[in-house]
Amino acid sequence: MSNQDALIEIRDVCKLFTDDGDEKQAVDHISLTIRRHEFVTLLGPSGCGKTTTLRMIAGFETPTSGAIYIDGKDVSAVPPYKRKVNTVFQRYALFPHLNVADNIAFGLTVKKLPKDVIAQKVDAMLRMVGLQGYNKRKVTSLSGGEQQRVAIARALVNEPEVLLLDEPLGALDLKKRKEMQIELKNMQQKLGITFVYVTHDQEEALTMSDTVVVMRGGTIQQVGTPQDIYNEPRNRFVADFIGESNIIDGIMPEDERVVIGDVSLDCVDKGFAPNEPVDVVIRPEDIYIVTQSDKGQFKGTVESVVFKGVHYEMQVRDTAGFLWLIQDTSMFAEGMEVGLIVRPEDIHIMRKSDDPNAAVYREEEAL
Amino acid sequence: MRKLKLFALPYILWMVVFTVLPMFLIVYYAFTNAPGNSAPTLEHFFKAIDPMYMKILLRSIWIAFLCTALCLLLGYPVAFLLARARNGAVWSLFFILPMWMNFLLRTYAWMSILENTGILNSLFVAMGLGQMELLYNENAVILGMVYNFLPFMILPIYTNLQKQDVSLLEAAQDLGCNGWRVFTRVTLPLSMPGVVSGITMVFMPAVTTFAISRLLSGGKFMLFGDIIEQQYLSTGNWNVGSMLSLIMLAIILLSMGLMGRFGSDTKDGGGML
Ligand SMILES: Nc1ncnc2c1ncn2[C@@H]1O[C@H](COP(=O)(O)OP(=O)(O)OP(=O)(O)O)[C@@H](O)[C@H]1O
Ligand SMILES: [Mg+2]
Repeated sequence: MSNQDALIEIRDVCKLFTDDGDEKQAVDHISLTIRRHEFVTLLGPSGCGKTTTLRMIAGFETPTSGAIYIDGKDVSAVPPYKRKVNTVFQRYALFPHLNVADNIAFGLTVKKLPKDVIAQKVDAMLRMVGLQGYNKRKVTSLSGGEQQRVAIARALVNEPEVLLLDEPLGALDLKKRKEMQIELKNMQQKLGITFVYVTHDQEEALTMSDTVVVMRGGTIQQVGTPQDIYNEPRNRFVADFIGESNIIDGIMPEDERVVIGDVSLDCVDKGFAPNEPVDVVIRPEDIYIVTQSDKGQFKGTVESVVFKGVHYEMQVRDTAGFLWLIQDTSMFAEGMEVGLIVRPEDIHIMRKSDDPNAAVYREEEAL
Repeated sequence: MRKLKLFALPYILWMVVFTVLPMFLIVYYAFTNAPGNSAPTLEHFFKAIDPMYMKILLRSIWIAFLCTALCLLLGYPVAFLLARARNGAVWSLFFILPMWMNFLLRTYAWMSILENTGILNSLFVAMGLGQMELLYNENAVILGMVYNFLPFMILPIYTNLQKQDVSLLEAAQDLGCNGWRVFTRVTLPLSMPGVVSGITMVFMPAVTTFAISRLLSGGKFMLFGDIIEQQYLSTGNWNVGSMLSLIMLAIILLSMGLMGRFGSDTKDGGGML
């Protein structure tokens, strides 16, 4: 990554909220570089500090320590209204006293652009978000999806360098949400604007982003492309949060070999200490079921079958007692003796020491 | 439904005895020579629109207008600060507490402050400024009215400002507004319903004020409310008094109608309250 490509740099930023003696570390030493024209998604469970991070980029919160650079300049002292950043708020925050056109024109009228230029830009924006003719409508009379489009238009009309979006699709139903995901992605590519997008929906993050930032408890767990994050999760938390997966304790006796219980498997990972204990991740769709149970690497009994539309989701208890989650297009009946096969390239090994929260999960799991 | 009606009975009775009946009597007295003669007549109307009374009516409206304007000018910033303060609810008690005291008591308190031998003047004399004539003039009346009615301006505006969605203010900043612009372009327009109800709640009692004006002007200067009071209590002409009351009522209804229309206009814009 060449440094002149970097548009936003977050350097070792912390945010500590203090409310009447109560302290809350919302963001804990995060560093992140966002490149020009990139679609970056902050992904993580509720309360992990996504909104706080976004608000610090917008300027609504000041970092307790660390600094944020936009275009190479430290913006600590720059108030929100002077930043070349616009926000689409979690609940839209449309001005109820203004109609659709005046809402969209708001930023332009503050800049005192000529009236005819404003009218032109507003109309172009309305066309882009598919709301032509809505100029005089009251924003309170719009549906959730329409309000959301107005909020996006109101931000984009200012031609910001960066658009911050805080769970903009949260209030929409599944179908509308999928449509808008595609529309937003198209808009971002067409306009070449940098998007920083917040969501706790992993599927949304994987579909839309160039880069996914997985957060947990105010820290960054992993930064990578959707493929990286999905295929090479760096630790147990990421593996667990991104899609469903089987996470098993294992040991690496040597390179490209992992032992799970008393089963020894080929794999493609190397560079571990001899006999290092590891977490092994296998995605449910990467496990093949065979009817002759001795042909499998693991032997087990089908405990439950659920039809999920495209595939069946089955739980298989192996002889060592581990319960595997498996997705397959064909069904294997409950109570059937089966064998399980995993290809070496579908086995992902994670160092336990790469996981700063390892101890925390064990505690959580023990609860 | 039947049960509801039963519960409403005491209220209906109360309304009939204390509001509808007196209203009816006022109309009856205004257009007849009751209690002597019940033939309809307009003579009280012609007496009531005597230039002397009309001059006082105009003055009352002017004073009420001044009082409302001053309350707005003072009350809006106070409401704004209260809404933004950390302990706004506690501070607002300071403005509500005096309302629990009778307004006559509060007016007497002001008299003792403003008197020639009162607190302020003792202070002036002590500072070598000499005594000033503070009481018994128009300014004292306006001061007393503003003091008495200010909470009615502050409270609705405070309530409105406090309910305003913070994310709207942030959205305005996000779109390039500095602090002042956020105020003029979002906070102020959104607070209009609060302002309208504040104006209504101050103007109504201000235009009908009596007693405050009589006490603080030392009887030198009468407002329309005092004239009506006088017709009933000292002159004993209930018929003209009734007619004057009706004129006052017409003015109140008219201004309420105007404010109502203005208020609903701002509500169309999507205000709160
Ligand atoms: N103004 C504040 N004062 C005190 N604590 C706060 C404040 N804002 C956020 N927090 C706390 O900081 C933590 C992170 O909050 P944040 O809003 O960034 O989470 P989030 O990842 O956006 O969650 P969600 O997905 O629920 O929106 C939470 O525990 C929250 O309670
Ligand atoms: Mg959030």
